[in-house]
Amino acid sequence: MSRETRILMGMPITVEIVGEAKAGLVDDVFAYFAAVDQRFSVFKPDSEISRINQNRLAEPDFSREMREVLALADRTKRESRGYFDIRRADGTLDPSGIVKGWAIRNAASLIRASGVDNFYVDAGGDIQSGGKTADGKDWRIGIRSPFNEAEIIKVLVPKGRGIATSGSYVRGHHIYDPYQPLMQIADIVSLTVIAADVLEADRFATAAFAMGKSGIHFLQQQPDLEGYVVSVNGVATQTSGFGAFVTS
Amino acid sequence: MSFSYRPSTLVLSAAALLGVLATAPAEAASWWPFSTSSGTQSRQLPSAAAPAPDATVPTQLATNGGAYRDGTYKGPTVDAYYGPLQVQANIQGGQLVSVEVLQYPADRRTSRSINAQALPMLESEVVSAQNTQVDIISGATLTSEAYLRSLTSALGKAGQGL
Repeated sequence: MSRETRILMGMPITVEIVGEAKAGLVDDVFAYFAAVDQRFSVFKPDSEISRINQNRLAEPDFSREMREVLALADRTKRESRGYFDIRRADGTLDPSGIVKGWAIRNAASLIRASGVDNFYVDAGGDIQSGGKTADGKDWRIGIRSPFNEAEIIKVLVPKGRGIATSGSYVRGHHIYDPYQPLMQIADIVSLTVIAADVLEADRFATAAFAMGKSGIHFLQQQPDLEGYVVSVNGVATQTSGFGAFVTS
Repeated sequence: MSFSYRPSTLVLSAAALLGVLATAPAEAASWWPFSTSSGTQSRQLPSAAAPAPDATVPTQLATNGGAYRDGTYKGPTVDAYYGPLQVQANIQGGQLVSVEVLQYPADRRTSRSINAQALPMLESEVVSAQNTQVDIISGATLTSEAYLRSLTSALGKAGQGL
């Protein structure tokens, strides 16, 4: 078994491989994330996405990966009724909200293609797991409390599905009164989605979070998505099929 | 800690990622939304929602009673991965009185409301800490970390020369 964490794309990424794997597999996975960051980071002036935003790269010259991600972003925008949008107010594109899940899914494919069935990839709390743990048990994933980093508030067994959580302590252009903070803060603070794979989970976690209180009802209407949303008052609401993935 | 967790992923700790915060004055942060020091009913979170007394990032930031010069101070734009995040600290009477989010990842903005529709009743519960072993943790802390980084820097400006 090997497990390694590195900081890439501005977040901790952990890869665990159970059992034997070909030499260099973990390095290859991290190299893949680094390559994705080189291409899609809006913070790197010479990344492909930055060159597109600076009008230095025309559409016929976009890479295959860029076309795939932009098409996914378009699809997610349609499927989320416009809530998911990679176009910023200034007209530039920021596909970060979809690249993370896409990269984790592709990293998982890389691992499976090498013959490894039992593994997980966790990038900033969005997770694709497969197979079993080193003890031969199902992977158990905790949802972190949005109120206390040291606590988990739910334990899930995804059985090969992907899990992603969107959330934050701050949202939108709010002005906070420190003496009445909860009067000003947004209504939901954490939203977890379970989907067929981590890409699906990530893009709909982001989109549904942007919908605020309506997000959980949007997820309820999607037959292949389950969700768990925590509001700022500490009350959680779940979709009707979510309980099937909960354990204790 | 209320649950067991394997050590290699402790790097997820916001405090570990943000050593910069250790340089901030060390008193309770009255601005933090989940501070325990309040008596108002709006802050009566369930016990699971109460911050731990140690090792939480917010408590490492502080207003430090009059330690800052009055004015507004912008923090740097910080990569929250989903997009840029920048805050502005507003100081009055030497105290941090408000924090304004100047930039926030655009894909999370709530710019439209969806059509009213018949909504099913969904199961709800009060969240509570689970005291059990897990292999991996799903959660979003990156944006709040970026928020704290930008705010810490803004407060650093406010404290200069004092």
